[in-house]
Amino acid sequence: MKAIQTENLTKFYGKRRGIENVSLTVEEGDFFGFIGPNGAGKSTTIRTLTGLLFPSSGSAEIFGKDIISEKMDILSDIGYLPSETFFYSGMKVRDILKFSAALRRKDCRKEAESLCERLALDPDCKINELSLGNRKKTGIVVALQHKPRLYILDEPTGGLDPLMQQEFYSILKERNQEGATVFLSSHILSEVSRYCVHAAVIREGNILVSDSVEKLAHTGIKRVVLQGTDGIPQIPHMSNVECQNGCVRFLYYGNQENLIRFLSELSFTDVSITDPDFEEIFMHYYQKEKNEI
Amino acid sequence: MTIFFHELKRSRISLLIWTAVLAFMMGITVLIFPQMKPQMSQMENMMSDMGSFSAAFGMDKMSFGRFTDYFAIECGNILGIGGAIFSAIFGVNMLSNEEKEHTAEFLYVHPVSRFRIVTEKLAALVAQVVVFNTAVAAISLVTVASIGEDSDISVLLLLFLAYMLLELEIAMICFGISAFLQSGIGVGIGTSIGMYFLNIIANITEDAKFLKYITPFAYTEGADIIKNHTISATYLLIGMCMALVAVVIAFYRIQTKDLK
Repeated sequence: MKAIQTENLTKFYGKRRGIENVSLTVEEGDFFGFIGPNGAGKSTTIRTLTGLLFPSSGSAEIFGKDIISEKMDILSDIGYLPSETFFYSGMKVRDILKFSAALRRKDCRKEAESLCERLALDPDCKINELSLGNRKKTGIVVALQHKPRLYILDEPTGGLDPLMQQEFYSILKERNQEGATVFLSSHILSEVSRYCVHAAVIREGNILVSDSVEKLAHTGIKRVVLQGTDGIPQIPHMSNVECQNGCVRFLYYGNQENLIRFLSELSFTDVSITDPDFEEIFMHYYQKEKNEI
Repeated sequence: MTIFFHELKRSRISLLIWTAVLAFMMGITVLIFPQMKPQMSQMENMMSDMGSFSAAFGMDKMSFGRFTDYFAIECGNILGIGGAIFSAIFGVNMLSNEEKEHTAEFLYVHPVSRFRIVTEKLAALVAQVVVFNTAVAAISLVTVASIGEDSDISVLLLLFLAYMLLELEIAMICFGISAFLQSGIGVGIGTSIGMYFLNIIANITEDAKFLKYITPFAYTEGADIIKNHTISATYLLIGMCMALVAVVIAFYRIQTKDLK
């Protein structure tokens, strides 16, 4: 079953673009990363899926249910964490968790307690007195305490310290292993490459690519570093070229035999050809798009 | 009813303060009447003889020496303006607060329909206005009983009822505004004060009489209630229709809008 399926989902705020023709498929049980720079349309996609925004055109289904006509059913199955978490001032963390559970007509006390403990969140704190990180934790407990089938998390780790990030991801992993689907947006590529199974890249409202993280990371692109060359060599299929103190670094995305042939004609003192890290690959995606435009 | 009780709980302190302040002012105004009475009788001719000014506040048709009349003018103004501002603030915050304080992203992603959220919030608003008015009326009536002046209780009750309906109307109009504006507090208070002045203008000149059909202060006019022993049905009906339209617009708007 598909957890999320969108077809040409488009959202314009008046004339301003939010997202355009976003077609995405997330299988049930997946751990899916949604990557893109700020303002690319990640939050717009997520807010449309959770029913806060109405799409301008296109359609989307969650567990085979339409996001508009069957919104109530869908919302019972979702745990949503907004990128910025705000709660009613004057209330305690405990009251917020109770209120959320009451709105869902569920008793989540046990789960809430265990989550608060794991995330080191004091439920007797007042909302107004919470730090950014603790407010985020409250949001996490709200999104997780009712054990939904699908987690939609918008930049979930912003404000969390590295230790908490690790704990948070290990909770998500557990939930994922129990069968739940995780869909998270992020602009931190390392966390996506570490935890996600599939990923999609969005830029300026359009999906650039959607595939398994494994495949995305092994695209045949190579990072080449040359020492001691004179100026920048002219090799086709180069991108992200940097030149510093006689050291040339670039990404190569052509045929690898050709690369060796080109290199053999150059003079240099040292060469290294490696797989680029995830981050570089996505930089390359962004750049490529930009060059094409 | 989760949201209903949540709203009541959230604004309980604010409601308590409003009730206490208004009840205190009403009580003081009632308590000073016995001392004012001798002077009032002297001033009466002057007060009712200031032409348009007297007409503006309905004083041309009333006698300050009689407690019921005094109550209708003095307490009417306090409860009228105070209550109108109270209901405007509570009404205009009810829906817009969620977006202003960014809690919409919390509330509206729970499996509760937008229709239900608006319904419970509206119910909470009505409950707040009713609680406020009942408390203020009860405290005022106790004070009235304590000074032992001759008063027509049925008229006083009618006055309280009229002001409660006025507040409900303003609260609902502001509830409608609240579905559109994130920070409608200025518009809300402006509307209620504006309505008050429309009634004054309508009282001053015959040419502006038509304004009575717009402002809810038309059916809280003390002089009319004392004279007719009833609330003007026409003005009330128009007012309630306006309130209903505002509520329907609020429902429609929230059902169809993008939440920030």
